[in-house]
Amino acid sequence: MIQLLAFYLFATLVIVSGLATILARNPVHSVLWLILAFFNAAGLMVLVGAEFIAMLLVIVYVGAVAVLFLFVVMMLDIDFATLRAGFVQNAPLGLLIALALVAELLIGTGAVKSGALVLGVADGHAGNAEGLSNTAAIGALLYTRYIFLFEASGVILLVSMIGAIVLTHRKRGDVRTQNISKQVARRPEDATVNLKPVSGQGVEL
Amino acid sequence: MSFFRPPTQLFESWGMGHDLAFLIATVVCILAICLPVMLSVAMVIYVDRKIWAAMALRRGPNVVGPLGLLQSFADGLKVFLQETIIPTAANKGLFLIGPIVTFTVALLAWAVIPFNSNAILANINVGLLYILAISSLGVYGTIMAGWASNSKYPFFSAMRASAQMISYEVSIGFILICVVLWAGSFNMDTIVQAQKGHVLGFFNGFAFNPLLFPMWVMFLISGMAETQRAPFDLAEAESELVAGYQTEYSSMAFALFWLGEYGNVLLMCALNATLFWGGYLPPLEIPILYAVPGIIWLLLKIAFGFFVFSWVKATVPRYRYDQLMRLGWKVFLPVSLFFVFLVSGWLMATGHFA
Repeated sequence: MIQLLAFYLFATLVIVSGLATILARNPVHSVLWLILAFFNAAGLMVLVGAEFIAMLLVIVYVGAVAVLFLFVVMMLDIDFATLRAGFVQNAPLGLLIALALVAELLIGTGAVKSGALVLGVADGHAGNAEGLSNTAAIGALLYTRYIFLFEASGVILLVSMIGAIVLTHRKRGDVRTQNISKQVARRPEDATVNLKPVSGQGVEL
Repeated sequence: MSFFRPPTQLFESWGMGHDLAFLIATVVCILAICLPVMLSVAMVIYVDRKIWAAMALRRGPNVVGPLGLLQSFADGLKVFLQETIIPTAANKGLFLIGPIVTFTVALLAWAVIPFNSNAILANINVGLLYILAISSLGVYGTIMAGWASNSKYPFFSAMRASAQMISYEVSIGFILICVVLWAGSFNMDTIVQAQKGHVLGFFNGFAFNPLLFPMWVMFLISGMAETQRAPFDLAEAESELVAGYQTEYSSMAFALFWLGEYGNVLLMCALNATLFWGGYLPPLEIPILYAVPGIIWLLLKIAFGFFVFSWVKATVPRYRYDQLMRLGWKVFLPVSLFFVFLVSGWLMATGHFA
């Protein structure tokens, strides 16, 4: 009973916030609706017993990706009038893409129904073993059977990260950066001199 | 769900159906945690001001009630009676949702804190991940408030806060991985139980472990950055940003930010106690110490953690923003990553996982 109520609550909220994401006039509102959709999707995952994935969805997407997304969108300088003026102009292309997506969905479901392709058939390896927690089951699978794919995806992410840094980083010659270890290593003797000047003679430094 | 069984049975014995009894029991249990937390937030604000005053050789609040004990409630009444001002150019909906999000998120994470063995509202497998998930939500209150205020300084503050929280969450994640590796579970109760007699069978707590003690120090500092406490309170640096994201707020909305902020600080202290100082276990493995209820030990540890927080607030000057980022990315991140390597290597070498 409670589970059923929770399911309908989460499912309705996912759909409503998904719709609101594309219908909201303000891009910041769009991103916030998207975050609500993520959050409710995580709730749905908890309901089907995938609590590890649900928490990762919240930590990674809501906690990190969406914050950066919001960050960028907040600083965008968008003129809504020109955006709306472009709607009619871009509508045919948008419709075309939508049609292509619908066709792909139909072809995809048709292909699965015909049952010719045997790629990715469940072989029981992915099943949750008795008494094993979600986290342990995923870890056991990820670090044995899929170790190569897992590590490879990690390397790809690392390469893209380094690529982004290399593309955007520039060395600026005109700034004086703080050298903290040099500051910490500085002793009073290096910075001050104690002199006893004779009256009327000045100090030579 | 053993925690809910006694209250559920109580309500069932009053002639309710099982579903209804369970629902009411859940609500009662949530209130039984939230109301004391809110009350202790009020007291903790008073304690914070007293400690801060004592370190500055002042008296602190001493007028309202005996020893000024009722100061927080007087302040609460004051802001409650003030007018709520919403700037005309503000984004009204988000402006009001911002403080609510901050306050709610500060209370949400208490669901997985174990107050005694089996006294935990939601004893879930992924308790620690839940805390990470919830604490990553906290930044949205700040961002919403800063953006919706439609004012320069709150906006700067929101950007600072979000960058700061994302940076320090990375190192917090690595620090918690060390704890999880040693405890072998994300479940908060299991983590506390794993600390029983952890060092030499005598000290209860990961912080007594030489490999994990540096992790605790880093967790404490990262916790201060994560909750935007001094010396990392750059989001509300009054010398640069007026009052940061709270600049345009007044009355109850402003109070909700305060309550949420101190709620988060208390939560960080509770996490410190639970993950590193043995939670509801006594600090030393002596049978007579178990005569004291677990919740008293937990509260003492939380109080100690809070004292450290206000001690630091009273004595350490505020960081500069580039220093804050340097500390997070160039010091904490490599060191915590190195410790993940060190701890997992040690555990493999000693056959912990065998």
